[in-house]
Amino acid sequence: MQRNEQLRQYKVPDMSILINKHTKVLCQGFTGKQGTFHSEQALAYGTQMVGGVTPGKGGQTHLGLPVFNTVREAVRQTGADASVIYVPANYAADSIMEAADAGVAVIVCITEGIPVLDMLNVKAALRANGAKLIGPNCPGIITPDECKIGIMPGSIHQRGKVGIVSRSGTLTYEAVHQTTRLGLGQTTCVGIGGDPIKGLDFIDCLAMFQADPETEAIILVGEIGGTREEEAADYIKQRITKPVAAYIAGRTAPKGKRMGHAGAIIAGGSGTAEAKMRALEAAGAVVAQSPAEMGTAVQTAMQR
Amino acid sequence: MNLHEYQAKQLLREFNIITPRGIVVEDPTHAELAATGYLGGDAWVVKAQIHAGGRGKSGGVRLVKSIDALLEAAQDLLGNPLVTYQNAPDGQFVSKLLVEETLPIAREMYLSLVVDRETERVAVVASSAGGMEIEEVAQTQPDKILRELCDPLLGLQEFQCRNLAFGLGLTGSHIGDLTRMLRALYKLFTESDLSLLEINPLVITEDGRMVALDCKMGVDDNALGRQKKFADMRDDTQIDAKEVAAQEAGLNYIALAGNIGCMVNGAGLAMATMDLIKLHGGEPANFLDVGGGATAETVAKAFKIILSDSKVHAVLVNIFGGIMRCDIIADGIIQAVKEVGVRVPVIVRLEGTNVELGKQKLAESGLSIITADGLTDAAQRAVAAVQGS
Repeated sequence: MQRNEQLRQYKVPDMSILINKHTKVLCQGFTGKQGTFHSEQALAYGTQMVGGVTPGKGGQTHLGLPVFNTVREAVRQTGADASVIYVPANYAADSIMEAADAGVAVIVCITEGIPVLDMLNVKAALRANGAKLIGPNCPGIITPDECKIGIMPGSIHQRGKVGIVSRSGTLTYEAVHQTTRLGLGQTTCVGIGGDPIKGLDFIDCLAMFQADPETEAIILVGEIGGTREEEAADYIKQRITKPVAAYIAGRTAPKGKRMGHAGAIIAGGSGTAEAKMRALEAAGAVVAQSPAEMGTAVQTAMQR
Repeated sequence: MNLHEYQAKQLLREFNIITPRGIVVEDPTHAELAATGYLGGDAWVVKAQIHAGGRGKSGGVRLVKSIDALLEAAQDLLGNPLVTYQNAPDGQFVSKLLVEETLPIAREMYLSLVVDRETERVAVVASSAGGMEIEEVAQTQPDKILRELCDPLLGLQEFQCRNLAFGLGLTGSHIGDLTRMLRALYKLFTESDLSLLEINPLVITEDGRMVALDCKMGVDDNALGRQKKFADMRDDTQIDAKEVAAQEAGLNYIALAGNIGCMVNGAGLAMATMDLIKLHGGEPANFLDVGGGATAETVAKAFKIILSDSKVHAVLVNIFGGIMRCDIIADGIIQAVKEVGVRVPVIVRLEGTNVELGKQKLAESGLSIITADGLTDAAQRAVAAVQGS
């Protein structure tokens, strides 16, 4: 009976993707400086934070919420279905795997600087587990007015029609700000992060936005490095019927230099902004030439 | 972080991989001693140690057949920058040479290990087209490139090594030689958190030995904290001095050729700002990400680094204030401009929380800070500022 109740609750049409007002969120690295600050912000925004994990501090209370030694214990006690990770880079891979093992469905890793080989192991472990990872090295995910998981400023968001998926934090804020100003608003904004090996990618988010009844249009923000934007373009051509706008950063980036993000590098002539823009244009997306035009680009896409 | 060839070869030897006998020297006299005293023979290879490829085509690798020629090569290379197609136009400073024995070569091949981001695995790449740039081979003879992907949980398997060995057309004892070498390389790569390990060429000598003639290695910067052995292999002379200063200040900075300095929060927005300047007819002087904080202290450090580039005639500050409020950021910019004594026009675009108060503070500061409305306006004003100067 209780299980049916849970299932029914889950079946309530999830307007937005991945997270909503029912999402119960844990914080790993809860009592640290970052974990504390951003948990306070999340609570103020109205996120349903249910507790946190700091090994060795189990049993304490922090920000009025229980602290646990392990994620397994935290999930058992709170029924959390999402977790946000603010632990230092050398321990973050372990924290992701701990959350996945404990059955957390959505794991958001904010931490920057995780060694690449650690992420290869994490991805191999997640493939067998099915948990959804967002990040690492990302601002997080937000469904405006319902749930904010991460470091983005809540105040610039407005509930609305556009789904945003982006490899860059501050460029996501630009896209949010522009769509808020135009009165379009956002359904969910996913910062997938700037690392070369990461959790959810463009295609995963495009598929969820396509399936979400509330999302009317999509903004994709990419940058140099890798070929995920090209793969996303293929996917858009074949599967996405909703209007898509895109922006790609790094047209002026020199080859072979890592531009801040570990994944932002043109290697051996592959991963250029031009190639990505061409692919997205060919797939029917409206490609903004300037970062100031992401909002108007999605507006154009919605009108045609 | 990149390693020098001599450092990479030292690591290879620790994993029982054969490299040519060689000695690292810092002056011509020692080069002569290395050749006559240690290596012997009547021909040697002199290799400039810099963190860039393309050395062969730009005179950085020389075959010398007399001591006079050796001394001449050493004098010519040491103490000067070497410019290759990869590090043009400035080149990189040569302070060390690797002097090696010459070997009679029967066959050249290519071998590399790299993290493949598309498949999320370590890829072992091999090719019978040794000595050529692999990108070039990929374009002209893609069928010559062999690739094996390693499951991170299983590592490189023996059958994968055989796939590569037979694919390269190796026979007899060379099959086992390559298998042992590949398994050692995989161990080295994963234990040391490498991001690139390239042996090009891998040669078979006329007497049948498998030797790593040249080697390039890169280490994952994110893993330097746990890979202590690389701490004293760092060579800051190979990096732009401004980039070194930025690293010490905890900032992400990359020097470019233009005259508009950029200070931005976030790597993506920093790239987008460079693109925006170009779109409006200007040229960015740098990439600089001040990170999420953008405090007075970090902004001051960033100004110092940007202005140490004499080409910079204007600075565009582009900050999206999220959790850090715009008025606090404005205070930081004002304090930094005063402290550093900025003499070029500074164009500031602020957006986000408390933006009006931030702009008001900048306007009332009495400093010659140009406040922009939006991204486009900021880029146009920055371009106008350098054109006017």
